[in-house]
Amino acid sequence: MTKPLLKVEGLKKYFPIKGGVFGKVVGQVKAVDDVSFEVMEGEILGIVGESGCGKSTTGKTLLRLVEPTEGNIFFNDESITELSDEKMRLLRRDMQIIFQDPYASLNPRHTVEKIIGEPLLVHGMKSAQARKERVKQLLEVVGLSAYHASRYPHQFSGGQRQRIGIARALANNPKLIICDEPVSALDVSVQSQILNLMEELRDQFNLTYVFIAHDLSVVKHISDRVGVMYLGRMVELANKDALYDTPKHPYTQALLSAVPLPDPDDKQDRIILQGDVPSPANPPTGCAFHTRCPYVMDVCKAVRPEWKEVSEDHFAACHLYNDNDQSEEQQKPLMQVES
Amino acid sequence: MTIEEKDHKDQRLAPQQQLLEDEDIEVVSPFRDAVRQLRKNRMAVAGFSVIVFFILLGIFGPLFTPYTYDGQVLTNRLLPPSAENWLGTDDVGRDLFTRVAYGARISLMVGFFAVTGALFFGTILGVISGYYGRWIDMLISRIFDILLAFPSILLAIAIVAILGPSLQNALIAIAIINIPIFGRLVRSKVISLREEEFVMAARAQGMKNGRIVMHHILPNSLAPIIVQATLGFGTAILEAAALGFLGLGAKAPKPEWGKMLADSRDFIQLAPWTLIVPGLSIMLVVLGFNLIGDGLRDALDPKMKN
Repeated sequence: MTKPLLKVEGLKKYFPIKGGVFGKVVGQVKAVDDVSFEVMEGEILGIVGESGCGKSTTGKTLLRLVEPTEGNIFFNDESITELSDEKMRLLRRDMQIIFQDPYASLNPRHTVEKIIGEPLLVHGMKSAQARKERVKQLLEVVGLSAYHASRYPHQFSGGQRQRIGIARALANNPKLIICDEPVSALDVSVQSQILNLMEELRDQFNLTYVFIAHDLSVVKHISDRVGVMYLGRMVELANKDALYDTPKHPYTQALLSAVPLPDPDDKQDRIILQGDVPSPANPPTGCAFHTRCPYVMDVCKAVRPEWKEVSEDHFAACHLYNDNDQSEEQQKPLMQVES
Repeated sequence: MTIEEKDHKDQRLAPQQQLLEDEDIEVVSPFRDAVRQLRKNRMAVAGFSVIVFFILLGIFGPLFTPYTYDGQVLTNRLLPPSAENWLGTDDVGRDLFTRVAYGARISLMVGFFAVTGALFFGTILGVISGYYGRWIDMLISRIFDILLAFPSILLAIAIVAILGPSLQNALIAIAIINIPIFGRLVRSKVISLREEEFVMAARAQGMKNGRIVMHHILPNSLAPIIVQATLGFGTAILEAAALGFLGLGAKAPKPEWGKMLADSRDFIQLAPWTLIVPGLSIMLVVLGFNLIGDGLRDALDPKMKN
């Protein structure tokens, strides 16, 4: 974990809202709004957030499957935002993605052999025999068997399909894999199998993951560092333990307090947020979270908080941690308790 | 261990055992599965038999008769069906069976080439329009709209009028009027598939647009295209007959079914078989294709699967 493999600076993705008879652009959905982070070589960076907070869009933008509106993405110190389609195509050897829905992400008309072998073919492995061997090898790596190669996706269970998706992503020995909610479509017992497989593969092939999920315990299990997103923005990013033990941002605190504990007698102090997530088409001014934040101050409504290091390797975007604002106490804010 | 516990344990073991024994699961390709479904559908099988009958008639029919399709025997005019002339003769003494058999060749060829042509150009235009979108989609879609705004037979007449009446030009006209039907179908299918996750996955693997279209989008849009092609076969034959009837298709001695109908209009009371034979042939072939088309639609529709 020495140098950053992936560096994201000020990434934005706005989707136009078209309306009226002539399809004029009448607004923008700010799916990803100024997100910056780094992913170190060999680490697993988890990204969590509610549905609709832009975490999947962020993941797809990193591979330019969705074109970013603004911002810079560096992969191996090379900016990829300006690359031509052909150069990007070749670079996709090194950056791969595992999709959320194992039922939708495999072509139903292709056999497993073709699904896993196709990326090999398009990146230059012309010999059918060599591809066949590699497919067999990959199937065994992900815990399936060589004889599965001739089957079609509909003949597999969800977990098995996700293994096929993983094998496909691994085919060309990538450096980075974006995991876009890879286990959220699977049932719990299968989730752990897939997570363990992914961890093994990371060690075996020296992979780097960006692991996107909405399940906090899954992210905690697998990640080295975790970023929290809210309404298209990154609100906090820290080492897993620091984030889960001493969350800084009020949103992270509320989110973590919502994790159910497997103990029926445990009485938790929960922070219950009021209201709903605002629309990303019309996000609040200043800090996006100010409409629901229990510690809201005047400055939150006017000024967007800066993304900065609040303690060592612990980043957050919140006015509570402004150094120059001495009137605000630096201590951990008191929780509003409801039980 | 109580019984319940034992049951519970067995259940937990079950998936493991399945994994071990599934080596001999039969691999069924989607195509084979569709054929299997189709064979269960009696109406589709009936339609298929009718078409096969006419294909065989076209190929081998003329071998059974001593006559040629244009051999006039003026002493044998308007004879009813008999042992010598199985389906009777027409107003200049030509054997109707021989003419209908040759006519089957013409109709099936017209159907085949018109559908193939329309399918080819319609698919290309539909893919370009659906995959690339933006102004090119706008342009192609509006051209389709204009073509579809004309009554199809009127448009075919106009095209034949420009190119000159002949069987070949009638075929071209029928192909052209069918292009927007296939084009729109392909376009709508491409647009919905373009957003599918496995297409995005193909892009993420680093595949080129051409490969994505040929290997991922088109194979998955095949089902409705096949159905439309089968139904279009019938329509094309009908349109060819209509053009022939109007004298805009095949020329005189050629035994085109529509032309045969037109030529024997005057003898409907005197010798009804001269109309019934080609008329029934058109009806049966078109019905055959429609039955297959309906059967295919059911066989290829995932919602109809049990």
